[in-house]
Amino acid sequence: MKDSPGLQVKTYVLIFFIVLFAPLGNVLLSKGMKGVGSAKNWVPGDIFHILASIIASGYIWLGIVCLLTFFVAYMLVLTWADYSYVQPASSFSYAVVAMLGYFLLGETVPTLRWMGIFVICVGVFIVGHTHPRTTEKA
Amino acid sequence: MKVVGEVHDFRPAALVRFVFRAVRVGWMWIGIAMMTLAFFSLLAMLSIENVSFVVPVTALSYAAGALGAILFLHERISPQRWLGVAIVCAGVTLVWLSRR
Repeated sequence: MKDSPGLQVKTYVLIFFIVLFAPLGNVLLSKGMKGVGSAKNWVPGDIFHILASIIASGYIWLGIVCLLTFFVAYMLVLTWADYSYVQPASSFSYAVVAMLGYFLLGETVPTLRWMGIFVICVGVFIVGHTHPRTTEKA
Repeated sequence: MKVVGEVHDFRPAALVRFVFRAVRVGWMWIGIAMMTLAFFSLLAMLSIENVSFVVPVTALSYAAGALGAILFLHERISPQRWLGVAIVCAGVTLVWLSRR
């Protein structure tokens, strides 16, 4: 069943969804939160006011929808594909989030940060490429 | 979720039964509460820092996950996995140093 071309295509499409929607969700949350105001200036008395402006932000809700889409795609693909295959593939999302931050939010991404993100991707790739089950089955 | 059991039946009725089993496990609620806290912490961080900084730094969760797996689930972490976690930490350090 693993080798059927239909399943291969479905796997690639869902992994594409994973590496697109998780970063896109985070970028939208970031865009929304920049409108709410910096947490550096938050005071406890303002908590309801802050929560209200978070709930009222369309970007936050769009971000949550993207993250839910990611989560559903992630769970769907894990019902047939191996975790040790999906997880390294999804490590690309760290690079995608930096790219989206750069292009959509106009963030400056220094070379050192790009290097760090590349190293993180390599690390996540190695973590994910290990055996997914180390405990004895109960 | 190890208490709840593995899912092999993906029909809607079976999934609903699975969710009902899951909500009766106390650990699940602690997990959900912590994830809620993590989500609002993420929102707070995103209001201060760039998303291209915040999200890569959250990769530290691989290190926290490995430690948690040893402490609470008594899993055995292979040397290769430790290597991966160490590389992730090195990457996070670089991202951290790139902060203005």
